[in-house]
Amino acid sequence: MEYRWGFVTDVDSDDAPKGLSEDTVRFISAKKEEPEWLLEWRLKAFRHWLTLEADDAEPTWAKVKYPKIDYQDMIYYSAPKKPGDGPQSMDEVDPELLEAFDKLGVPLHEREKLAGVAVDAVFDSVSVATTFADQLEKLGIIFCSFNEAVKNHPDLVKKYLGSVVPYTDNFFATLNSAVFSDGSFAYVPPGVKCPIELMTYFRINTEGSGQFERTLLIADKDSYVSYLEGCTAPIRRTSQLHAAVVELVALDDAEIKYSTVQNWFPGTKEGVGGVYNFVTKRGRADKNAKISWTQVETGSAITWKYPSVILRGDNSVGEFYSVALTNNHQQADTGTKMIHLGKNTKSTIVSKGISAGFGQNTYRGQVKIMPGAENATNHTQCDSLLIGDKCGAHTVPYIEVQNPTARLEHEASTSKVSDDQLFYLMQRGISEEEAHHMIITGWSRDVIKELPFEFAMEASQLLKVSLEGAVG
Amino acid sequence: MLEVTNLHARVVDVEDGEILKGLNLTIKPGEIHAIMGPNGSGKSTFANVLAGRIDYEVTDGDIKFEGESILETPADERAHKGIFLAFQYPAEIPGVRPWQFMKAALDAKHESSGEKKLSVREFSKLFDSKVAEVKINPDLMKRSLNEGFSGGEKKRNEMLQLAILEPKLAVLDETDSGLDVDAMRIVADAVNGLRSPDRSFILVTHYNRLLNHIKPDVVHVLANGQLVETGGPELAVEVEREGYKRFLEEHVPANA
Repeated sequence: MEYRWGFVTDVDSDDAPKGLSEDTVRFISAKKEEPEWLLEWRLKAFRHWLTLEADDAEPTWAKVKYPKIDYQDMIYYSAPKKPGDGPQSMDEVDPELLEAFDKLGVPLHEREKLAGVAVDAVFDSVSVATTFADQLEKLGIIFCSFNEAVKNHPDLVKKYLGSVVPYTDNFFATLNSAVFSDGSFAYVPPGVKCPIELMTYFRINTEGSGQFERTLLIADKDSYVSYLEGCTAPIRRTSQLHAAVVELVALDDAEIKYSTVQNWFPGTKEGVGGVYNFVTKRGRADKNAKISWTQVETGSAITWKYPSVILRGDNSVGEFYSVALTNNHQQADTGTKMIHLGKNTKSTIVSKGISAGFGQNTYRGQVKIMPGAENATNHTQCDSLLIGDKCGAHTVPYIEVQNPTARLEHEASTSKVSDDQLFYLMQRGISEEEAHHMIITGWSRDVIKELPFEFAMEASQLLKVSLEGAVG
Repeated sequence: MLEVTNLHARVVDVEDGEILKGLNLTIKPGEIHAIMGPNGSGKSTFANVLAGRIDYEVTDGDIKFEGESILETPADERAHKGIFLAFQYPAEIPGVRPWQFMKAALDAKHESSGEKKLSVREFSKLFDSKVAEVKINPDLMKRSLNEGFSGGEKKRNEMLQLAILEPKLAVLDETDSGLDVDAMRIVADAVNGLRSPDRSFILVTHYNRLLNHIKPDVVHVLANGQLVETGGPELAVEVEREGYKRFLEEHVPANA
């Protein structure tokens, strides 16, 4: 098939035309100046997606409700306007862009100084600035946009892209594989402990645009990396689809710690608008490797997200720590999958769901012990906290054990902020709002303490801001 | 300091829930008052109403603290004014450390009065010295607030908070219940150590035991929602010896 948008003529156009077709896929690939093999991969994904759509295979099992998405009524690629080529340093970054980041609470330059964090900021799918590149480079660590990785490290991308989340995985992952715009890439060489937290901010900007990031992290043998992903989005009236894919590869003896604070626009108090966050995150843990997911989810109108670990190596460890907060009309269906393949594999799940207003909060988790997983253990703890009497909390654990040596524990609780607790704190002079905040962050502590310090403070603030109007 | 006149209070959302039925009490700065009474007489209700718990509604009368009515004042602001309630059953707050809790409380107090908040270092120093003073096991301070504390440890923790916040009026709601002799002495030492000409105490109690360690200026007997008798320490001795039978018989509520 011929391109409708060739390199020469239409590549200056910043946005892809509305709608999804092979042309859209080719347009994106052309904009990214991608090699043929990647275009082919995208097209395979797109063709597979067409069969899924024809079969009406958009998942409906989650406890979330939303109007049918019109995939032809969306823009699949948009880039911010910028003069000339991409900025080479912070000085060259568009001041308006920096201002926008500031407004969103992303003090890029400040964090750079304070926290020793290298930021690969994705602004409407285009990498804006990367810092600390030199320091990382000396250690052989690659941290760049996905697009740059395709150009500069094609072998790594080719080897691992789709190796954890294949393009056939699920409806949204398949869609992402076809149309992903950009994202982040990191590779840590054998034996290297990454000395700083790698950090990426995502943001959705253009009205009606879908955001389809693709993140690929590879921790080579005996290496360590901690990766922070933070999200904010400005207020938009129309709903926005966000279908990202994150793949983690932890080779033998490696450790990946992946932390997320997600604060996208949750819609109005009346439930209008807000981001649809349909994300596929999965890691593969080889022998003695460890993958730890920590997430604080306070934003989005709908969250559909199950960061998972495939424990394929013996003695590998998978962890999932989550706080999901739904206020007003937000809906969250989130949890994890721990797939135990190797011997002596161990997984831990701590899920804290907070529901307020009309929020609906579902924990959905699967623990699967395969026949070869001798002496696998899992501990699951699911706690729900209800604020008010119009919200809902639901727990849906799936447990499948195919090896009799497995040991599994599952604890679940549902509670409310008690009047006794509130009065106790208020009697000591703490305001009602602050008392609620203290009780809720205390209740979430087992998860928040897993976050890097700076993120933990931010997460605690987010819980407070997100509950405004729900208490008091 | 405190002037309670004809106080009527009921439990919100409960019919016939009136518990306090015309309570009168005046406390001057520096005084220690004991309020004794049988179960169900309204002792804890009075303590909670004073502190501003919203589960109770004042239907008549007034509470003046330092000359101003506090009926409309929410619980946190009453605390800022200097009213402290040592709870009979302190709530457990998972994930919140006692240190963090007390720092927030003291910060709120200072913010309200326009004083400078203590730095983390200053507060830590204060906290550690008070922990030593009330002889509370420092290991407990690494736990969540009141979680896994024994009854005695919870009460000791209440005394710690009292010592840190230095209120003008401290109400001890059956702080002595469930305490062994040693713990009782700790509570008594804390109160005696904090006695001052401008700090008053209300000791709400069943028994005379605590009053052997803390000498009250005035003893009241609460029965059927009213203070029916007021005297000196000898009244507590009488209660200890004779029980509450006499007071209950002499003061049958009019509508019973």
